[in-house]
Amino acid sequence: MATVDLKDVEKVYGGAVKAVKGVTIAIPDKALCVLVGPSGCGKSTLLRMIAGLETISSGTVSIDGKVVNEIGPTERDIAMVFQNYALYPHMKVYDNMAYGLRNRGMPKDEIDRRVKDVAATLELAHLLDRRPRELSGGQRQRVAMGRAIVRNPKVFLFDEPLSNLDAKLRGQMRVEIKNLQRSLGVTSVYVTHDQLEAMTLADILVVMNAGLVEQMGAPLDIYEKPASTFVASFIGAPPMNLLPIVASGNGATLADGTDIGMAAPANAVTLGFRPEDVDVVMNADRPEGAVALPARVEAVEPVGAESFLYCAAAGNRIVVRVSGRATAKPDDDLRIVAKSEKLHWFDQAGKRV
Amino acid sequence: MIGQSPVRTLIAHAVLIVGILIVAFPIYYTFVASTHTLQTILRPPLPLLPGGEFLRNYTEALFGGIGRIGGVGVGTLLLNTTIVAVGIAVGKIIISILSAYAIVFFRFPFRMTFFWLIFITLMLPVEVRILPTYKVMVDFGLIDTYAGLIIPLIASATATLLFRQFFMTIPGELVEAARVDGAGPWRFFFDILLPLSRTNIAALFVILFIYGWTQYLWPLLVTNRNDMNTIVIALRKMVSFADADTQWHLVMVTAMLAIVPPILVVVLMQRWFVRGLVDSEK
Repeated sequence: MATVDLKDVEKVYGGAVKAVKGVTIAIPDKALCVLVGPSGCGKSTLLRMIAGLETISSGTVSIDGKVVNEIGPTERDIAMVFQNYALYPHMKVYDNMAYGLRNRGMPKDEIDRRVKDVAATLELAHLLDRRPRELSGGQRQRVAMGRAIVRNPKVFLFDEPLSNLDAKLRGQMRVEIKNLQRSLGVTSVYVTHDQLEAMTLADILVVMNAGLVEQMGAPLDIYEKPASTFVASFIGAPPMNLLPIVASGNGATLADGTDIGMAAPANAVTLGFRPEDVDVVMNADRPEGAVALPARVEAVEPVGAESFLYCAAAGNRIVVRVSGRATAKPDDDLRIVAKSEKLHWFDQAGKRV
Repeated sequence: MIGQSPVRTLIAHAVLIVGILIVAFPIYYTFVASTHTLQTILRPPLPLLPGGEFLRNYTEALFGGIGRIGGVGVGTLLLNTTIVAVGIAVGKIIISILSAYAIVFFRFPFRMTFFWLIFITLMLPVEVRILPTYKVMVDFGLIDTYAGLIIPLIASATATLLFRQFFMTIPGELVEAARVDGAGPWRFFFDILLPLSRTNIAALFVILFIYGWTQYLWPLLVTNRNDMNTIVIALRKMVSFADADTQWHLVMVTAMLAIVPPILVVVLMQRWFVRGLVDSEK
């Protein structure tokens, strides 16, 4: 139905503060693009610029190949789901959903048909006569979605829509949003700070930091090949272990001189590996082509299907995931082994080597 | 306060009852006086129970016309005062809600300057600008007109400020949702802002109606004709320095009738307050 193209988009507040510093993203038709990043990274500003709620300082935003910089939010044919739902408190659910259609002068029977259709899809049919304050958080969330869907817009914009729900509901709604988006086939932009939401929802994942795109691509590609230490520590929970290293002769050592057991690539100053990519061994063997670090267990977190070991290794905190129950106990000494193909190396600037 | 001793409850009630008596007795006494003949009122002591002249006194005052104010009936006075009080209340609400709307939701040059200008006028009572206002009214030929009674009192910094504070509590997302939904500034105002302000408007209406109803200085200045007087002014004119000259029974009737509309407004609008408090829709 529509593509969304951002080209060198910048946002400058008050002539000085740059919130978004030149972002270029091309979102193909029917794709769900997730903007993820810590608060203040400019992701919401970017979304609001696509919506037309913020002016664009420079660069262009195009929807369906048409530059919309100077067009108001109404004419952009977008629909937005807000973090706090932004339902009209004095209107019934039905009117909340119908309001945008009425403003567009759609005939009454057409509005009625659409609202009832969407209400049925979202299981809201029995709530149409209620007011928002009589609904639970999850139901409000659905109404907010319904209000967006009835409009049948070219683009959906989601601004952290699940952050006010409890964890269980969030999981349900996440699946539901994904299914809806796929079945409706509407190009969507979704902003979140939750990396789990980002990973599971995205067709295209855009990791943002300080107004810039750090990395963009398929979620698993980003997970497997983070372009920088920022992405490495932001995507994945618990985050990737990052250890500063010093090259010495043929090998490399940790900051305190502990030999890591293999050579580092040129320029690499940080070694990274994911908690699930390491093996824990109790003996002192040193396997070939792998990093092996002595470590002491500080804490064990059993989650059920897996356990996390929080270990100290030469002044660094390392998290290790082991499946099932952990046999290690706090104060156990063990050896952490990571195979070379599972290692990530980053240079002085934090870029992947 | 749960599990209080009966003695303390008794004392609390006694205090409350005394308080009510202090407030209610003068009004009751006025009512008693309004049901007696002039002769009974002038010959002390005044009886403590209502007399038998209720119908005659009230009919005379409402429809007969009162001599000292040029034979104008209290009915006319009530009508005048109602028009003025409603005009002031509605006018103030319209003007202040619109100016608050502009100040909160629009970005225009000198926005804050305008806000502070409005705010500063809070510190200027009507009396300060009464001479220039009077001159303007005379030049426009608005003496002895409803317009002359209403318009100079219609701008309200207080109401503007109240609406501004309320509008600032409306989440930005709601405004944006309306924009995405295709509501322009007017639509947003009428479809969303106005319904949300209902309880505020009701509360302000009560306060402003009573403010308009009890206006004294301005109506005194701007009306010369007896049939354009408001009830408060007429009441004052009805009282002469010489007791014998004053038709006290009619004064009492007028005073009683002057209280009724504000009471009605408060009682009727009270439901709105309660509703506004119970189901806060934000």
